[in-house]
Amino acid sequence: MPNQAINEPDSSLKLKSLYEGFRDAGTIRALADRISSAAINLSEPLYIMEVCGGHTHTIMKYGLLGLIPDNVKFIHGPGCPVCVMPKERIDQAIALAKMDDVILLTLGDMIRVPGSKGSLAQARASGADVRPLYDPLDALAIARDNPDKTVVFFAIGFETSTPMTAVLLQQAEHAALPNLLFHINHVLVPPAIDAVMAEPATKVNAFIGPAHVSVISGAKIYRRAAEVHHTPVVVSGFEPVDVMESILRLVELKNHAESVVEVQYSRAVTEEGNLTAQALVDEYFEVRDSFRWRGLGPIPQSALKLKDKYAHRDAEIHFGGRLPVAEIDDHKACQCGDILRGLANPMDCKVFGRGCTPQTPLGSCMVSSEGACNAYYRYHGVQHVD
Amino acid sequence: MSTNSIQLAHGGGGLEMNKLIRNLFFKAFDNCILRNEEDAALLNLQGPTAFTTDSFTVSPLFFAGGDIGKLAIAGTVNDLAMMGAEPQYLSLGVIIEEGFPMASLETIVASMASELKKCGAKIVCGDTKVVPKGCADGLFLNTTGVGRIVKPGLSAKHLVPGDAILVSGDIGRHGAAILMAREGLELESGLVSDCATLWGAVEQLLVHPFDIHAMRDATRGGLSAVLNEWAAASDVMIEVDEAAVPVSDEVKGLCELYGFEATDLANEGTFVMALPAGQAEGALEVLKRFGHCENAAIIGRVGESPAGRVILHTPWGSNRYLDLPAGELLPRIC
Repeated sequence: MPNQAINEPDSSLKLKSLYEGFRDAGTIRALADRISSAAINLSEPLYIMEVCGGHTHTIMKYGLLGLIPDNVKFIHGPGCPVCVMPKERIDQAIALAKMDDVILLTLGDMIRVPGSKGSLAQARASGADVRPLYDPLDALAIARDNPDKTVVFFAIGFETSTPMTAVLLQQAEHAALPNLLFHINHVLVPPAIDAVMAEPATKVNAFIGPAHVSVISGAKIYRRAAEVHHTPVVVSGFEPVDVMESILRLVELKNHAESVVEVQYSRAVTEEGNLTAQALVDEYFEVRDSFRWRGLGPIPQSALKLKDKYAHRDAEIHFGGRLPVAEIDDHKACQCGDILRGLANPMDCKVFGRGCTPQTPLGSCMVSSEGACNAYYRYHGVQHVD
Repeated sequence: MSTNSIQLAHGGGGLEMNKLIRNLFFKAFDNCILRNEEDAALLNLQGPTAFTTDSFTVSPLFFAGGDIGKLAIAGTVNDLAMMGAEPQYLSLGVIIEEGFPMASLETIVASMASELKKCGAKIVCGDTKVVPKGCADGLFLNTTGVGRIVKPGLSAKHLVPGDAILVSGDIGRHGAAILMAREGLELESGLVSDCATLWGAVEQLLVHPFDIHAMRDATRGGLSAVLNEWAAASDVMIEVDEAAVPVSDEVKGLCELYGFEATDLANEGTFVMALPAGQAEGALEVLKRFGHCENAAIIGRVGESPAGRVILHTPWGSNRYLDLPAGELLPRIC
């Protein structure tokens, strides 16, 4: 459907095609019935980790938990790019934003997440020039319009958003814009899956694979995880029908003891992914030796940095000794770490909904609109209503 | 001196300001009270009166379906209408940034005059300030209004179990239109703000003997905010059938792209109403037939427990809370 829309003469995106059919009540109910029937045959409970925060929100927002049998459970994973950002990296962003003649740009919820001394939103309120972007390419115009300032793009996100940063960098180079720098925090999904599975106490025995990440990277990136960890992986779209269909496939695969990768989201995801985007990322980025994840700690080879060739664009190098480097852990009462590792549910956390709410978050899982705690806080807990 | 754009002198109290006020504002909003040019407008108010004020700082100033001027009239007129009051007199405060294009100001003032005609209210006093470049984002407006209460007793505190909840039209179009205009999104056409004066529709309702308990225009915070405020203020539970909530395809699609919920997006010409369930069909018919509210719908009902919460029933049989939107509306990252 989306292809059909794009090929129309006016090239306008037909928005309806984004969701039409994927919220059909009859289909969702039918899938719920089939999941319940298939789950009877499970030899052990299925603990599905939805790696991506977008799926967590689909499950909560559309009330899908209430349609799933008791022996199919969800464990919320580390796939929210805002949630996994360690405090020291946010502190660096705040330090940059507070410098004279610096404009700090970032995406979405990132401005709300607390570092060790407040968030970028609070820094903005106290006078720092922090601007959330809808489109990273808007950074070009901001850099062009402010030649006397240094514009720093605080780049975040998984494989999904890295190509956008690469395009921005490419255009900054082509336009020879000297005042646009990058603070790179792009992270990778497969090492995070390995980190979750390396936890001896983990119950995870199936994965819903991220949707948008897989559009870029292809389903191939989960092949190793399925083989090494003996878990089926189904790459799923974000609509309720997508998620329900993926759950059904995971139950069926488990019943047949098949640890394979399947693509439910076939309208957008291929095995190989978007090769052009991958090449662009390879042109500008290389893998870091190690990156500290919020809650998960340091994970080897789990993030990207700019190649030496582009060191002149690297804010970490440019501002070198002026950025704080002390590693800072979350508040002791906050269980975001356990939640991100798949060892705890948001409702297990003692401060959930009490000391920690979306308005006064202690941890990143509560602040981000893709965070598991935020999803539970907003949508969960509805009792039977007549 | 350029007459194509606003200069500081236009706010200086001298010749230029006098010309601006007479040639633009007085001409557009002409009425005998304004023409008197006294220090204050002399009004003849009788009986219970509603009084409200609102400031408008929208960016961009022009968007599909309206502009800041239309918004400034509709916003204040609608606040009066939601209290069952006929809008009568408005004040207008204008803060203009130096260098603002005169043509844009003329367009905005014309838009205000046109919107005023729809409800019969008059601008009877005003104030103009010009601030140096960089001290304001183009143009800020403030409108204050008074209106004669036609239907007393409307309140967010007056919902009771057994009430039905209605919306006067499809939701989220203003927030979506502003987002599209602000971000320069080139999506399919047809998405325009619902920005409009609601007094006409409300007037039609009020001539009928409906026992309306509450009305509110679902502006910032959208439908979610209104329902949550009502549930808290009246200490009741409100349940909503998701499938019954009218949302245009364009708004649904935009929400898909950005991870928003239509119920959180602002409206500027759509209101929510609570009245006894037995009168809901009648009110719906009036809204549709006489109030030009073709998309009006009964979307839910008021219950008792859990008090203070709004529950959304999905079409596939699950339930979830419809919570208050929090913070800035920011798009999802992936």
